[in-house]
Amino acid sequence: MKVLVPVKRVVDANVQVRVASDHSGVDLNNVKMAINPFCEIAVEEAIRLREKGVATEVVVVSAGAKVCQEQLRTALALGADRAILVETDEELQPLAIAKLLKAVSDKEGAELTIFGKQSIDEDNGQTGQMFAALAGLAQGTFASEITIEGDKLKVIRETDTGEQTLTLNMPAVITADLRLNEPRYASLPNIMKAKKKPMDVMTPADLGVEVTTNIKTLKVEPPAERAAGIIVETVEDLVDKLKNVAKVI
Amino acid sequence: MSVLVLAEHDNNELKSATLNTVTAATEIGGDVTILVAGSGCGAVAEQAAKIAGVAKVLVADNAAYTNMLAENTAALIVELAGDYSAILAPAMTNAKGILPRVAALLDVGQISEITAVVSADTFVRPIYAGNAMATVQSSDSIKVITVRGTGFDAPSAEGGSATVEAISNATDAGVSEFVSEEVAASDRPDLTAARVVISGGRGMQNGENFKLLEAVADKLGAAIGASRAAVDAGYVANDMQVGQTGKIVAPELYIAVGISGAIQHLAGMKDSKVIVAINKDEEAPIFQVADFGLVADLFEAVPAFEALL
Repeated sequence: MKVLVPVKRVVDANVQVRVASDHSGVDLNNVKMAINPFCEIAVEEAIRLREKGVATEVVVVSAGAKVCQEQLRTALALGADRAILVETDEELQPLAIAKLLKAVSDKEGAELTIFGKQSIDEDNGQTGQMFAALAGLAQGTFASEITIEGDKLKVIRETDTGEQTLTLNMPAVITADLRLNEPRYASLPNIMKAKKKPMDVMTPADLGVEVTTNIKTLKVEPPAERAAGIIVETVEDLVDKLKNVAKVI
Repeated sequence: MSVLVLAEHDNNELKSATLNTVTAATEIGGDVTILVAGSGCGAVAEQAAKIAGVAKVLVADNAAYTNMLAENTAALIVELAGDYSAILAPAMTNAKGILPRVAALLDVGQISEITAVVSADTFVRPIYAGNAMATVQSSDSIKVITVRGTGFDAPSAEGGSATVEAISNATDAGVSEFVSEEVAASDRPDLTAARVVISGGRGMQNGENFKLLEAVADKLGAAIGASRAAVDAGYVANDMQVGQTGKIVAPELYIAVGISGAIQHLAGMKDSKVIVAINKDEEAPIFQVADFGLVADLFEAVPAFEALL
C-alpha cells in the first residue's frame, strides 16, 4: 500500500509573527520556516504504517516555491521514501492545492493520503477535505488513531463532544490531529541519507491544473490589544474585584 | 438571494453556535434558511423555526444523515446550493469536515472561522492562531463559510415562525460508516456556550485535582476547560481543550488556573470579557492578558476562592 503525505512549509511554530507594516500580510523576512506541525504528525503516521509492514512506500508531496524542497528533505530525513514538489511561485489557496494533489494522486495511485488537519499559518483546515471531495473518497478528519482492517480503515476522531469512530472504504483520506502520534526526530545519518533520496519536480502545467485564486486578502492587521490588567494581592481582593468592579459574579 | 445555514445538532437539541451563525447570515443579507440534516431530528427543526429572523427551515430527516457524515451531508448541501448566495455553518467538528467538501464540489473557495462580516463578499478571520486578523474578499458566486460563534451575538431563540419544509430524497455515498461515539457526559454547560469557564493547566498536576475546579464551577454554573498541556498529560479528556486546536471560547468570565498561557492557549480564550489568572509563577505569559492576576499557589487559592463565593 502506497501512502501519500502532503506537507506544507510554514513559519516555525515557535516564531512570534508580526504583521507587516504595509498590512499586506505577516512579515516573513528572515523568519525560520519549518514543516507544518500537523503535516509532521501525518508523515510520522505514514512511516509507522510502513514500519509495521502495512504500507510499502511513503511519498511526500508539497506545492509551492522551490524552497519547499527544504521541508520535503526534512520529511525524507524522518523516513519518507521519496518526494514530489509541484513548483510554482503563484499564491496557492486550499482549492488549488487540492486540485494539484488530486492530479499527483491520480498519477501515484495512493491508497491512503494523510494530511495534517490544518496549517498553523492560514489556519484554514480545508485542503484534506477538498482533496477527498474531488477524489470522491471518504474522509476521517481530526484523527487520533487509525487502524487498517482489511479493505477498510477504522479511524477514531476527536470531536467537540468526545470521540467518534468511523470505518472508511479504502482508498481513504485522513487528516491528523495532535494526538495521533508524537513525531520522531531525524537522526544525523538519516539526514545524510535523505539528501540522496529521489525528489521529482513538476509544475502545475505538467499536471494539467490551472491555479486560480478565489479569495483575495485585502489587509492584515494585528488583533485588538487587551487593556493591561492588575495584579491582586489576595483571594478576598480578587472576589471583591469580580463582584464590584467587573460585576461578573 | 438567500443564505443557507447548516444547523449543528445532536438530533435532539440545536447547538447554540447555530444561533450565532444566523446572525452572521443576517449580516450578509437576504432571507435565512436553516438546513437540519439528521434523523429523528424533528425537535431540532422546531427549535430552528423559532429563531428570530429565520424565514425557512429545511429538514432532511433520513438515516443517511444520522451522524452528519461529511460525504453524505456535503452531497445534500451541493444539491441545494443553487438557490443560495452563501452557505454558512458554525465552525464545529461537523461543519469543518463538511463545508470544505461542499466548496470543492462547487469549485469555489471556502472561508474558515470568520469573526466579522464586512459586506456580502468581505469577511474578517483570524490567521496565525489569532496573532493577525485578515480581511478577505471572495469572488465566488456562492460563498462557503464557517463561522466562529464567539464573533457574533445570538438572536432570540424564541419568537420566530419559519415555515418548515421536508426534503425527501437522500443520498448515501456508502463510503463511510458510523461505528460508535463516546460522548463525555456532563451536567455542566457547554464550554463554547457557558457564561463562565474555569480551566486548568499543567499546574493542576493530575486529573484528580480538577475536583478543585469542579467545586468552583458548581457555585458559578461554569464549564470546565483545560490547556493542551493538561490534555496531553492525560489529566482530562480532549473535548475539554481550549485553544487554537481545541475549542474557542469567549465567556463573560474566564478563570485560568495553573495555566502558563502558551500562544496556542491564548488563541482560544483571549476574547473572553474578563480574564482571571491564578498562577504561582509571576512571569507566566497568562498574566499579560489577565484583567485580574493572582500570584499564588493554586492549591491554597482555589479552595479559598471557592469558600468566598
